[in-house]
Amino acid sequence: MSIYINKHTKVITQGITGKTGQFHTEKCQEYANGRECFVAGVNPKKAGEKIFDIPIYASVKEAADETGATVSVIYVPPAGAAAAIWEAVEAHLDLVICITEGIPVRDMLEVRNKMKAKEAAGGKKTLLLGPNCPGLITPDEIKIGIMPGHIHRKGRIGVVSRSGTLTYEAVAQVTEIGLGQSSAVGIGGDPINGLKHIDVMKAFNDDPETDAVIMIGEIGGPDEAEAARWCKDNMKKPVVGFIAGVTAPAGKRMGHAGALISGGEDTADAKLAIMEACGFKVTKNPSEMAALLKGML
Amino acid sequence: MKIHEYQGKEILRQFGVPTPRGIAAFTVQEAVEAAQKLGGPVWVVKAQIHAGGRGKGGGVKLARSIDEVRQLASEILGMQLVTHQTGPLGQKVRRLLIEEGADIQKEYYVSVVTDRATQKVVMMGSSEGGMDIEEVAHHSPEKIIKVFINPMDGLTTEQALGLAHGMGVPQASASEAASVMQKLYEAYMQTDSSLAEINPLILQGDGHIKALDAKFNFDPNALFRHPEIVAYRDLDEEDPAEIEASKFDLAYISLDGNIGCLVNGAGLAMATMDTIKLFGAEPANFLDVGGGATPEKVTEAFKIMLKNPKVKAIFVNIFGGIMRCDTIATGVISACKAVNLSVPLVVRMKGTNEELGKSMLAQSGLPIISADTMAHAAQQVVAAVK
Repeated sequence: MSIYINKHTKVITQGITGKTGQFHTEKCQEYANGRECFVAGVNPKKAGEKIFDIPIYASVKEAADETGATVSVIYVPPAGAAAAIWEAVEAHLDLVICITEGIPVRDMLEVRNKMKAKEAAGGKKTLLLGPNCPGLITPDEIKIGIMPGHIHRKGRIGVVSRSGTLTYEAVAQVTEIGLGQSSAVGIGGDPINGLKHIDVMKAFNDDPETDAVIMIGEIGGPDEAEAARWCKDNMKKPVVGFIAGVTAPAGKRMGHAGALISGGEDTADAKLAIMEACGFKVTKNPSEMAALLKGML
Repeated sequence: MKIHEYQGKEILRQFGVPTPRGIAAFTVQEAVEAAQKLGGPVWVVKAQIHAGGRGKGGGVKLARSIDEVRQLASEILGMQLVTHQTGPLGQKVRRLLIEEGADIQKEYYVSVVTDRATQKVVMMGSSEGGMDIEEVAHHSPEKIIKVFINPMDGLTTEQALGLAHGMGVPQASASEAASVMQKLYEAYMQTDSSLAEINPLILQGDGHIKALDAKFNFDPNALFRHPEIVAYRDLDEEDPAEIEASKFDLAYISLDGNIGCLVNGAGLAMATMDTIKLFGAEPANFLDVGGGATPEKVTEAFKIMLKNPKVKAIFVNIFGGIMRCDTIATGVISACKAVNLSVPLVVRMKGTNEELGKSMLAQSGLPIISADTMAHAAQQVVAAVK
């Protein structure tokens, strides 16, 4: 098993005809069961055409109806990305993964509140991963997103992080010491997003094929602290935690829109202290994340 | 992106929030003319810099005659204004706002931000206006009242009235205050702000409400749809290195240490800086080259880092995912040659085509120190500056 996706998942690519969408769709197709998984693309102007043998449909709904796909991945440029998320939600997909970086915060606020209103009215709940994230992967089964497939190895360690390259860092360490990943999830660096650390920790906790988790966070926002507090009472598996940004100054946006210290509990030191108090094994040395984890198994 | 108070007040007026009459001035002569145009008997001479705490730092003064306006303007223009937000060197004052005096009965605080935990917009109000709101939050948090706003509904009249009441606005002025808050909310949303703050919002002797200050920050991701906001940008207020970096699509932030860092990805860049600190030194900068670390971008990044005279060594930490390590090696080698690198360089590369990249660096003839892990690389670079 794995979390959220596996080799049977059928995926629609929104923004498949753009440069980024094409490049990564090809890589995702080449990875493990990718040829069976990536079944549809969306572009109203190119409906009826094909790209890498993948049929293009005019809308997400049509693509889902025709192929039975339940997941979409979005490479649409920032100005139209929130609308693309909403289109996937209105097509009642299970999961939408938004890779796009640079979406205006107001657009994300509006689409998140629309999603919540739909759920509150009894509509189908669609999970959102991202935006501004690398995606997620279940090694040897399926990769949805922009991570380099070859650094992964099938195993029993879960990885969750806001940052792309820091996720790869943890994944490569886990692979290097002879363990592997059940799933690796990048939740993205934006302040208004979908799945949070707590949601992914819950999923790893429930996954019988995950034995332990590396949880990586950053300065800014309450999410890591919230996840740690949940884990204190509920998590049955060992967790190694790292927070990037001990050296980050307050009030400066460190690349990610969400990586901004605004005071109080959102500094790296404060988060590390909370995580430690909640039973995580924390480190200030990101090079030893996997080694620490191995010692806990 | 930040703007000046006088620009913020222009935005407030566009959305119908009353402000004192005022005119921006770039010279003493303009300040005097502005005061004459506004008419007396009292004027406020306000330094315009992108930092808070201007009053305490001596950048906001009251003038009771045109001569006094001239005197204060010549004192404040060109001064290095030091506040708790500028750092010890302060910020040079290049612009003033000359404003008519106001009849202040009571000062309030009101601001709007986006709350990531609830994914709502939050308006905060307080009876403790004119003070540093962080201090109020620390000492008497009960005096800060919050209203959570669903962006699909907007700030309702009921919510706005509740806030005015909670802040202690007298009944006779409550509906006017509520209307001002609704207008402030509209300004926040329609300009894609990340912060809109009025401190103080005042109650005048005649019972009317006015914004005596205006502070706006904007979401950089949304500037593409706000040319009118981009036009407010004042490059004098920004770090020249950060401006230069942004031209090449590099995310760069100046810091106080002496090890220049070049990394791909924001999280890994922060982790690299942290590892340097862990081994006893300090980073000179945050620099994320992003996904496309081309030779041109790497060269520009080297140039920007090396403009900082404090930089005594450079640490390149790249996780080659889609971007291959051999491509990065090409970039690093050509950058070293282009800038004639004279400080120690430690390179840690990981990922796709790692071995090829490493052998290219080794065979380049350049004095590059290679390392396998982030920790090992950090130890090497720290040793190089000690």
